[in-house]
Amino acid sequence: MRAPPALSASAPRNGSRDSVSGALRRSASSSSSAAAEMSASSAFSDEKGGSASEPEYGHDPASGGIFSSDYKRHDDLKEMLDSNKDSLKLEAMKRIVAMIARGKNASDLFPAVVKNVACKNIEVKKLVYVYLVRYAEEQQDLALLSISTFQRGLKDPNQLIRASALRVLSSIRVTIIVPIMMLAIKEAASDMSPYVRKTAAHAIPKLHSLDPEQKDQLIEVIEKLLADKTTLVAGSVVMAFEEVCPDRIDLIHKNYRKLCNLLIDVEEWGQVVIINMLTRYARTQFLNPNINESLLEESSDKAFYASDDEEDEDKKAEVATLAKRKPYVMDPDHRLLLRNTKPLLQSRNAAVVMAVAQLYFHLAPKAEVGIIAKALVRLMRSHSEVQYVVLQNVATMTIKRRGMFEPYLKSFYIRSTDPTQIKILKLEVLTNLANETNISTILREFQTYIKSMDKDFVAASIQAIGRCATNIGEVRDTCLNGLVQLLSNRDELVVAESVVVIKKLLQMQPEQHSDIIKHMAKLIDNIQVPMARASILWLIGEYCEHVPKIAPDVLRKMAKTFNNEEDIVKLQIINLAAKLYLTNSKQTKLLTQYVLNLAKYDQNYDIRDRARFIRQLIVPTDKSGALNKYAKKLFLALKPAPILESPFKDRDHFQLGSLSHLLNAKAGGYQELPDWPESAPDPSVRNVEIPEWSKCTSRKDRKEKKVEKPFYSDSEGESGPTESADSESDTGSGSESASASDESGSGSESEESGEETESEEEEEDEEKEKKRKKRLDKTKAKKPAEESAESEQSSGTEDRKRGRKAVKNQKSASESESESESSESEDESEEEESEEESESDTDIRKKKTPVSKQPPKQSKKESKKETQEMSLLDLDDFEPAPASAPVTPVNFLSSSLVSDLEGLSLTDTILAPTTIAPSGLIKMYELLHRITGEGLAVEYCFSRQPFSPEPNMVAVQIQFTNNTNSETKNLHIEEPRMQSGMRIREFAEIDMLAAGESVTVVMGIDFCDSTQAANFQLCTHTRKFFVSIQPPVGELMTPAFLTENDFKKEQGKLMGMNEISEKLTLGEKCVNEHVIVERVTATANLSRVPCGSDKECRFAGKTVSSGCLVLVTVTTKEGGAAQLTVNCEKMVIGTMLVKDMMQALSQ
Amino acid sequence: MIHSLFLVNASGDIFLEKHWKSVVSRSVCDYFFEALERATEPENVPPVIPTPHHYLINVLRHRIYFVAVIQSEVPPLFVIEFLHRVVDTFQDYFGVCTEAAIKDNVVVVYELLEEMLDNGFPLATESNILKELIKPPTILRTVVNTITGSTNVGEQLPTGQLSVVPWRRTGVKYTNNEAYFDVVEEIDAIIDKSGSTITAEIQGVIDACVKLTGMPDLTLSFMNPRLLDDVSFHPCVRFKRWEAERILSFIPPDGNFRLLSYHVSSQNLVAIPVYVKHNISFREGSSQGRFELTLGPKQTMGKAVESVLVSSQLPRGVLNANLNASQGTYTFDPVTKLLSWDVGKINPQKLPSLKGTMSLQAGASKPDENPTINIQFKIQQLAISGLKVNRLDMYGEKYKPFKGIKYMTKAGKFQVRT
Repeated sequence: MRAPPALSASAPRNGSRDSVSGALRRSASSSSSAAAEMSASSAFSDEKGGSASEPEYGHDPASGGIFSSDYKRHDDLKEMLDSNKDSLKLEAMKRIVAMIARGKNASDLFPAVVKNVACKNIEVKKLVYVYLVRYAEEQQDLALLSISTFQRGLKDPNQLIRASALRVLSSIRVTIIVPIMMLAIKEAASDMSPYVRKTAAHAIPKLHSLDPEQKDQLIEVIEKLLADKTTLVAGSVVMAFEEVCPDRIDLIHKNYRKLCNLLIDVEEWGQVVIINMLTRYARTQFLNPNINESLLEESSDKAFYASDDEEDEDKKAEVATLAKRKPYVMDPDHRLLLRNTKPLLQSRNAAVVMAVAQLYFHLAPKAEVGIIAKALVRLMRSHSEVQYVVLQNVATMTIKRRGMFEPYLKSFYIRSTDPTQIKILKLEVLTNLANETNISTILREFQTYIKSMDKDFVAASIQAIGRCATNIGEVRDTCLNGLVQLLSNRDELVVAESVVVIKKLLQMQPEQHSDIIKHMAKLIDNIQVPMARASILWLIGEYCEHVPKIAPDVLRKMAKTFNNEEDIVKLQIINLAAKLYLTNSKQTKLLTQYVLNLAKYDQNYDIRDRARFIRQLIVPTDKSGALNKYAKKLFLALKPAPILESPFKDRDHFQLGSLSHLLNAKAGGYQELPDWPESAPDPSVRNVEIPEWSKCTSRKDRKEKKVEKPFYSDSEGESGPTESADSESDTGSGSESASASDESGSGSESEESGEETESEEEEEDEEKEKKRKKRLDKTKAKKPAEESAESEQSSGTEDRKRGRKAVKNQKSASESESESESSESEDESEEEESEEESESDTDIRKKKTPVSKQPPKQSKKESKKETQEMSLLDLDDFEPAPASAPVTPVNFLSSSLVSDLEGLSLTDTILAPTTIAPSGLIKMYELLHRITGEGLAVEYCFSRQPFSPEPNMVAVQIQFTNNTNSETKNLHIEEPRMQSGMRIREFAEIDMLAAGESVTVVMGIDFCDSTQAANFQLCTHTRKFFVSIQPPVGELMTPAFLTENDFKKEQGKLMGMNEISEKLTLGEKCVNEHVIVERVTATANLSRVPCGSDKECRFAGKTVSSGCLVLVTVTTKEGGAAQLTVNCEKMVIGTMLVKDMMQALSQ
Repeated sequence: MIHSLFLVNASGDIFLEKHWKSVVSRSVCDYFFEALERATEPENVPPVIPTPHHYLINVLRHRIYFVAVIQSEVPPLFVIEFLHRVVDTFQDYFGVCTEAAIKDNVVVVYELLEEMLDNGFPLATESNILKELIKPPTILRTVVNTITGSTNVGEQLPTGQLSVVPWRRTGVKYTNNEAYFDVVEEIDAIIDKSGSTITAEIQGVIDACVKLTGMPDLTLSFMNPRLLDDVSFHPCVRFKRWEAERILSFIPPDGNFRLLSYHVSSQNLVAIPVYVKHNISFREGSSQGRFELTLGPKQTMGKAVESVLVSSQLPRGVLNANLNASQGTYTFDPVTKLLSWDVGKINPQKLPSLKGTMSLQAGASKPDENPTINIQFKIQQLAISGLKVNRLDMYGEKYKPFKGIKYMTKAGKFQVRT
């Protein structure tokens, strides 16, 4: 019964009292509603804390009673909320939030609060959000009033507001708005701000828990977000994946490598989730790396027999053994995962370390698991809760892989200040680690532990000693003697525990220890702990033959006290009596009958049952059946000694580090760790990642190349040394590694490069595996041939090195393809540019120190070759017919070109980009005028080249000219002041610029697809200049290559809001298609899309930062009229582009 | 993931609750209170408590239990680590993390919790990001806010969220650029009755306080990096650089942070700076026990051992202690049986000692356990492992920062068994 909120505040006092007391009554029965419970608890705490200094009371000094204050409080809060002053509203909201925090019911204020949802003051707004999320579920109808505000917020230009609107909207658990939420999530998933996309990922599980029927649609969104390349989104979307569709492992394939490569840059919480997910993934996709160990013995046996066997024995078996014998080769992706997670062992976050540790434990080859031990031992220095969890996991690990932790034995020694639960876990680990060599030190430690004041711990220590004694035969006697000494301990608990343990130990070899049994028989007078008494009685009964004189006497004593014993002891007394009756009936017959009679009238039915049963069994009567004869055998059968096992045995079937593992019970939502597959599933499923921006016509070829990648990288490793041998010091290889490290440092590495570094490192691992190599060699031999066929390179005798290069070039070509226009001259410049980029590091170095001629020459030679081949490839793609013609000259040409280029490289390679602007398409902008710059003139242009260190940056080429008479030094950039999200990659500092000289550098700016200016300071050794670069919208794009069909398909997807269409009159000069194309490409960095009709010109591109498609269509009509259509997901960019285009075309 | 959070004080009252998903009744904490009752000591409450429908994961810091309610499988360390991070953030914001501080700043606490978790999944835990979103309360700001009506809540997305260095905010400006590094080493040791070392290891941390303008890129190198056996880094440290060159290269967060924690390989012999001579004995039948303790410096590399504090949990049978300290003061709590002796600085010429008798319960048998002695001390200007910072360089910015390095050695868990 929920009182209507508007009423309850103004309800008469009596009424509210009634409802409260009613709620109190009902809260006893568990079926009360949430609201009732809330009010009950609030009333309760009111009563308790009525006199406490709480702000709500402070305002009304007269309020003594609970209810009046309740009434008053809400009234004045409402007044404050209704006022015009933000400060009053804020004050009211703060007090309301304080109420919520204390668990008091503030739901009756809902209408007053929800009115303020659109408040201008951001803090008020945030607090209203807090309130709304808390109570919306209870007041669904009123909550709907706020929805429109959030919908408006979703469109706000401020990404923080968009994100928080989505956050609140998705947190409101009102079923009616599910469709709105769905729409908002879908929209946010393609927002240009990664932060909003992250929020969208967070919203997915919220919606899923609200309405599981949306699952299919949500999975689509997850799929889309999984493909996201930003580290910010990765963790959140994997979390959504784990919550919504953890079984859809197929969604991961394509993103697997990306996730592995991004992992190190993802925020720590995301890392945990991703690592745990990848552990499961790897278990389904890769082979057990330890498979050979387990199969080694048997398979080798089999192999011998197999060769001797008859052929028809069974070929299948032979095949099977062969398969087993086949040396295990780790999948490169498996290796990638292990390698990329390893550095995270050094994380400061214990959860990350644990996640990596469990990954290694479950996935790594046995030899490599050891590295996690150190990190786990380090975690033991952390908070005791962390220690607790880590020790649990270590305990499980030590059972499987004891050797791993043996060197750290001393780290598990126990301190008196440890909490008991930690002590007991440490004991567990120590016990697991005990072996013949270290047992003496461990036992010495245990001896100190037994003297501890913490009795629970002492008991656990005694048990630990018992376990050591059973596991290690050598020390059994020592332990037993030690434990027997403990029997004279003053503390009863210690004695009792020792008795129990001794009993277990004695069972192993009772003959030799009758004196111990005698000693224990004496103890029965003193020990009161039931378990210990029961143990002694059992021992005496079991080994009554060893102590024939004492046993009946013990029974006599027990019979006297039978009535006062605990049940467990009583049962053992009956047991003892029965056994004695069977062995020594003469002395004990009467006693036994007496005991059985007592038991017959016992209160406990178990004891009565047992007595009846035993009487029938042992006392021969006329009716007694066949069992009677076997009574002795039944009771005095040889009992197997108990095996003292660790409670952590077999816990590792739970994924380590998980909640289920900790509790040793399956927790809700736990995903089983799958077993290794028998044979590896197709590894090529992970290969299909094509960087979006190179979706070009030869898509299929590319795919194939990707598949082959590991092989090539291998051959790279082989040819690597020779390369560096003939080139002297810092040649291409140097620049390569430099750029690789650059990328890995920058954090936002593109997949391509990530993979490259990966495969390069891979060589080391793989070089060891010779057998694999052989196989690879074969494929390698094939592959270059294929490659050359593909690229229509005539020389069949190509060596491997060339083959590798071809691939490399193709790759870089594919990058530069995005640039190349169909015109030849453009191509030409392209090559030089990309070449320069790939070697930019060396170039810079060259410039600084013109080293001996040899190295540059060398590198030029190589790059020249690349250049040539690259052009071939480009021609292939665009002009298939003449492709074969220039092939042959390649090798001849190179030598002459080397000399040509020698001069070039030595004068100024950096200048090359400026010289390539002849097409007139590239416009120079002024950054710093000669006069304001005091003689330093700076111009910049958008070179329209991909910025190789970071593909989502726009390359800006800057030319410095020194017009003064003195030299300018230390030209560099300082203090970039950017809009959020924008980044800048500075050029290397220019040490010196002589008078009259000019120099050109390239820097990268990530404009985040906005035309906001990038502000920074340009510094010389004397002055600082504030400058800013503002990109025209057309420069925020990079060409995309689409076929006509693709174009139409994409255009179809970008209809409606995303399409902007304008009519215009073409300028006088725009007479033919050619001019239109020129105008359009001058305005925006787009590429032409082939088109059947001559009335239409189509262009396609992608935004540099987020890769959104930009499609432009110009349809010419009669009389100079034309229609311009721009399709772009980003409406802002679309509109701006239309404006620019209109201007360009109508001139 | 994390469903709800309850804050429980030492007397077992829930004084704050926060729900990220649907509301969980606070009666769920009854299971926690049950466990609390069962546990003899406050720190013995199991960190994970299963209940029929939920799991409670709790941490104890500053005598406050942070009880997180979760509903389904989640790595427990994930939650525990997060809760500790929450406490650290509170401490960072309010100076202390006490019940009073949390109650006073309940709105900020709520705003923080709201930002740190979204739907139970951590959203922003970097203090630099949080501080841009929610400005820490200071008296000055409160005054300014009441006058100008501005708020404590940021309106823009913190730049860190989107950058590749999320731990650092942009646009940092200082007039005095300074970077201080504290190398603090702790000795964990167990010394046995005869004075021989059972186990001893050194754990160290480098805490930094960096107040530098702009985007400085720092490198810190050591004279003897080989000493470091196992390390864990702040996320800002470039791991590859460390692997390859054993150099710490990083763009630091703004303000205080822990750059590195390390472990000195246990193979190395650890110098033990103090020794203890003790004679604690109880005689059978008499209600008196003898207590003698003398401290002395051992291997201190010529530095003074300061702030020495000795504490010992005496057996339950001890009623009172009648001791005489040659230096400093001692206290004995007859309820908890905790003896603590604040020694101060050890003077090698005149070794501090604590002697006297303990009175035992009459008639009770002699306690068979001997107390362990815990020692705390500090040695300034010494890293006991011998670790030395070689140099600190800054790139990326032009100014000359002021640099400082301080060394200190402390006792960690330093125990002497008697």
